[in-house]
Amino acid sequence: MAKLNMVQALNLALRQEMEKDDRVIVLGEDVGLDGGVFRVTEGLIDDFGEQRVVDTPLAESAIVGLSIGMAAYGLRPVCEIQFSGFSYHSFHQLENHAARLRWRTRGRFPVGMVLRTPYGGGVRALEHHSESREVYWAHTPGLKVVIPSGPRNARALLVSAIRDPDPVIFYESKALYRAFREEVPDDEETLPIGPPRIARAGEDVTLIAYGAMLRPALAAAQLLEERDGVRVEVIDLLTISPLDDTLLAESVRKTGRAVVVHEAPRSFGPGAEIVTRLIENAFFYLEAPIERVTGFDTIIPYFSREKHYLPGIDRIVDAVRRTLKR
Amino acid sequence: MPRSEITPPEKVTFLSILDHDGRLDEALEPAIEGDTLVRLYHCMLLARRFDERLLRLQRQGRTGTFPPIKGQEAAQVGAVVHLRDRDWLVPSFRETAAEIWRGRSLENIIIANNGFNEAGAMAPDSRNFPISVPVGSQLPHAVGLAWAAKYRGTDEVVMTFFGDGATSEGDFHEALNCAAVFQCPVVFVCQNNQWAISVPLSRQTRSRTIAQKAWAYGMSGIQVDGNDILAVYAAAGEAVERARSGQGPTLIECVTYRLGVHTTADDPKRYRSEEEVEAWSRRDPLTRFEKYLITKGVLQEEIQKKIESEVLAQIQAAVDNAERQMQNLGDPLEMFDHLYADRPPYLQAQKDRLATDLEGERGEAANG
Repeated sequence: MAKLNMVQALNLALRQEMEKDDRVIVLGEDVGLDGGVFRVTEGLIDDFGEQRVVDTPLAESAIVGLSIGMAAYGLRPVCEIQFSGFSYHSFHQLENHAARLRWRTRGRFPVGMVLRTPYGGGVRALEHHSESREVYWAHTPGLKVVIPSGPRNARALLVSAIRDPDPVIFYESKALYRAFREEVPDDEETLPIGPPRIARAGEDVTLIAYGAMLRPALAAAQLLEERDGVRVEVIDLLTISPLDDTLLAESVRKTGRAVVVHEAPRSFGPGAEIVTRLIENAFFYLEAPIERVTGFDTIIPYFSREKHYLPGIDRIVDAVRRTLKR
Repeated sequence: MPRSEITPPEKVTFLSILDHDGRLDEALEPAIEGDTLVRLYHCMLLARRFDERLLRLQRQGRTGTFPPIKGQEAAQVGAVVHLRDRDWLVPSFRETAAEIWRGRSLENIIIANNGFNEAGAMAPDSRNFPISVPVGSQLPHAVGLAWAAKYRGTDEVVMTFFGDGATSEGDFHEALNCAAVFQCPVVFVCQNNQWAISVPLSRQTRSRTIAQKAWAYGMSGIQVDGNDILAVYAAAGEAVERARSGQGPTLIECVTYRLGVHTTADDPKRYRSEEEVEAWSRRDPLTRFEKYLITKGVLQEEIQKKIESEVLAQIQAAVDNAERQMQNLGDPLEMFDHLYADRPPYLQAQKDRLATDLEGERGEAANG
């Protein structure tokens, strides 16, 4: 057991899976000698060599396209796209092939690959380095989308993603990379892809968040309990797609109220699907309209203004209070 | 300091062995066994006659839109003949002849052209990728397969096909660049058939050749007469051997011509002249090879006629067989299969819902 930040926890997952399985290959821009611009792959090249930790040319479509070929051959590529804002160069490879090759070949060529990429705002980065576009992938049948919220679940989910026989888009919040440390067991730990988890139990209102938004959601829940005596149940989604709504609906049937939080723009965002699932599965238990606290429907502004764009504790608290007043 | 040449300009070779007038360069003639020559001819003829039959089926409404290959048989069969069973084929969508050589059945092609997902099924050890429709997007897959084959220490080779239009795509650049950087065992076979639907080669590139692009990536490149199966055979043989022996990738530009339509939804009269098509018809790869085989004494008239009738019978049997098979295909619920290894609950619910609707329809039909 060691206290690790998310970067170290992800590194541990990669290292242990590479030790265990020689099919696991890490590839991407600057993942080798440099250890990745966020250092997630630091030291792997020393232990596993250039054959398994591959610095590629600066070519996102090829990084994903090569990964598809490697996976079809039977390897388990874990590719890194340096920032999710650059993953759109590989959009067609994900949409046209990674998501479809199993389906197209009736199971002959599954694409067991992971695409790791940093997403989200809050680190004072340049344009194209701060967006949250998980819906692009969540809207693509055949892909899975996983977004961890802390070091321990990041490690456990990355191990599961590497072992998954289908393509997994693994979004890592830059804001969380070095935000805090957690005890991470030395021994193997996995978490299933799919089910969300209850991050904080409560009875009065359900607050659904994931990735970097979990921390302000938890802080808001704490504040609401202290100031208003409201017990907020916070659910950490972990997997965006395939979305498992069982726990979400159960919670809302209990609380009758729900607020969904995400960094992504509001319209057609993940919240649209989550809220619809709640209406389909818990409509007659609802006591109030469901609220969304999200990024605005604009490009995420340059960093001098990004704190006004990203959902914060105040906006979450306001939204919860509104649902409770109804 | 003055300007100076950094390196001497690389040369691009053009290879032609059997020209369109039937003249043979005996010094360059590859040594191919008589049996192999007949198999090559058989496959080219089968692909040609099958193409013609598919076109008729499409015009009769018995099959869907498809991309004919007429005129490109030599550029495909002459290359793919060098692959072993353990090697890999990564086609685009106009390589029916290469796919037939590699064992794809005519029935399977007919069923695929009729819009049945079932045709995507393949043997669990198949090393033939499915067709790839988005132009050029299959090239990185070939490089990934080759990277993996090299990583595993095998001597497997990957051969991938694409057209002249694909060389304008970013994936062409990224794939060739990566293949060269990683020295992957890939053979890139460009079917330069002069037209990407209505856009001529001159609108795809200002380069005098496509082959010369290889040099920019630091790989071998060669341009061949793609309607001369002997030239394709010789160039592809060298390229496969280079890949197999660990000496990296090759780009082969086969100069050929799409004698037919882009797809059956296309009308080439809108963009190219009858004279041009007529001129290329005189360079037909099949008749050229046939004359060569007859002159060489490998093929006699009776044998040729026998092959022709065998091929036609094989096609007829395939059409009958496919049409019979298709009567039992098309279960709508099949669309939900093979999306993920495990079907998520919401997708199962959608499948169940459609199943219920279908039950209802069947019930109404029975009652109505």
